Amino acid sequence: MTDSKAILREQEQGLRDLADHLAAGLGADLLDAKIALGELTIRVPAERIVKVLSFLRDDGNCQFAELIDITGLDWPERAKRFDVVYHLLSLKLNQRVRIKVETDEETPVPSAISVYSAANWFERETWDMYGVMFSGHPDLRRILSDYGFEGHPLRKDFPLTGYIEVRYDESQKRVVYEPVQLQQEFRRFDFMSPWEGAKYVLPGDEKAEGQK
Amino acid sequence: MSNAMQTTQQNSSQTGTGATLGSDQDAFFKDISDELADKGVVISSLDKLANWARTGSLWPMTFGLACCGVEMIHAYMARYDLDRFGSMPRASPRQSDVMIVAGTLTNKMAPALRKLYDQMAEPRYVISMGSCANGGGYYHYSYSVVRGCDRIVPVDIYIPGCPPTAEALVYGLLQLQKKIRRTGTIAR
Repeated sequence: MTDSKAILREQEQGLRDLADHLAAGLGADLLDAKIALGELTIRVPAERIVKVLSFLRDDGNCQFAELIDITGLDWPERAKRFDVVYHLLSLKLNQRVRIKVETDEETPVPSAISVYSAANWFERETWDMYGVMFSGHPDLRRILSDYGFEGHPLRKDFPLTGYIEVRYDESQKRVVYEPVQLQQEFRRFDFMSPWEGAKYVLPGDEKAEGQK
Repeated sequence: MSNAMQTTQQNSSQTGTGATLGSDQDAFFKDISDELADKGVVISSLDKLANWARTGSLWPMTFGLACCGVEMIHAYMARYDLDRFGSMPRASPRQSDVMIVAGTLTNKMAPALRKLYDQMAEPRYVISMGSCANGGGYYHYSYSVVRGCDRIVPVDIYIPGCPPTAEALVYGLLQLQKKIRRTGTIAR
């Protein structure tokens, strides 16, 4: 038990050392560094992302050679509504880091392909799902959603059921697209557990109350 | 043969009522089939023969789209062994008789699924395996999922479950065999 705690303390210390090293190495490019739940998250300006990623990959005390993921976050109430999140892994030093940059619908983020070639498809996916643009990307088109799909499904203002649905048309002998028409009512889940004191009466329970 | 004919004629001329006529005919056909069996010949109607051939070699088009596909693989493998029923997975629609839609059918996949179904030779059957293929299932309200593969292709057998067990798929295949035996004809 104490062993695992000691290991956790050691890891946390490693992250603090890394944060200090980044503060020294990146200087003004490092807007914020936070350690939460044993993970280090840094914020950098969007236009400096290539510089920062190059530093993280090439610096001897970082050696983040693996790009794990690029994804987005949507905060509709913010002026710059999107976060683009990069996850890096250093196999040499057994450390991970998360980098966040802010952007909006119009402002493109510089593409990270020149640093990590794995960024190609990740940026396409982020474009597909959130509509975040990446400047300098050689082939920025949709990767997951349907051919001719309109909208960006993971934006908060995109309705869950979308706008169109498909069916096979016997007369036209092909699959046709139509405006979505749900056959059954949309179900709402309250996620309250009846075993932990849900704040509603289950259907049928009111009869049992009457008997008492 | 001629002997049997004679006895039947005699019987029918003697009695002539409807109730005994049926039993006379049965006796007549029994005589014939006994005589043929003695000579080493088996007779059956042609549509039964066609149905036997069809049910005995239902080659499925592999359409594993999600986790149901894994259960489908279980059904093919040694423990449940669909080969016992003459079911061998084919990678080509031209060679397959039944399409097992195993998993979530997305909007993007739907035209491809229909195209593959159209390429299958008649008579062709479709087994819809699992909640997602039956009616969208977990992804019923999703923007990218077809709410049931019967919107795209006509389905013969629906197998419930999420995912259905390999036994359920085997049972579904046996139900399809039963359906073919009941409804199958030589006509396409």
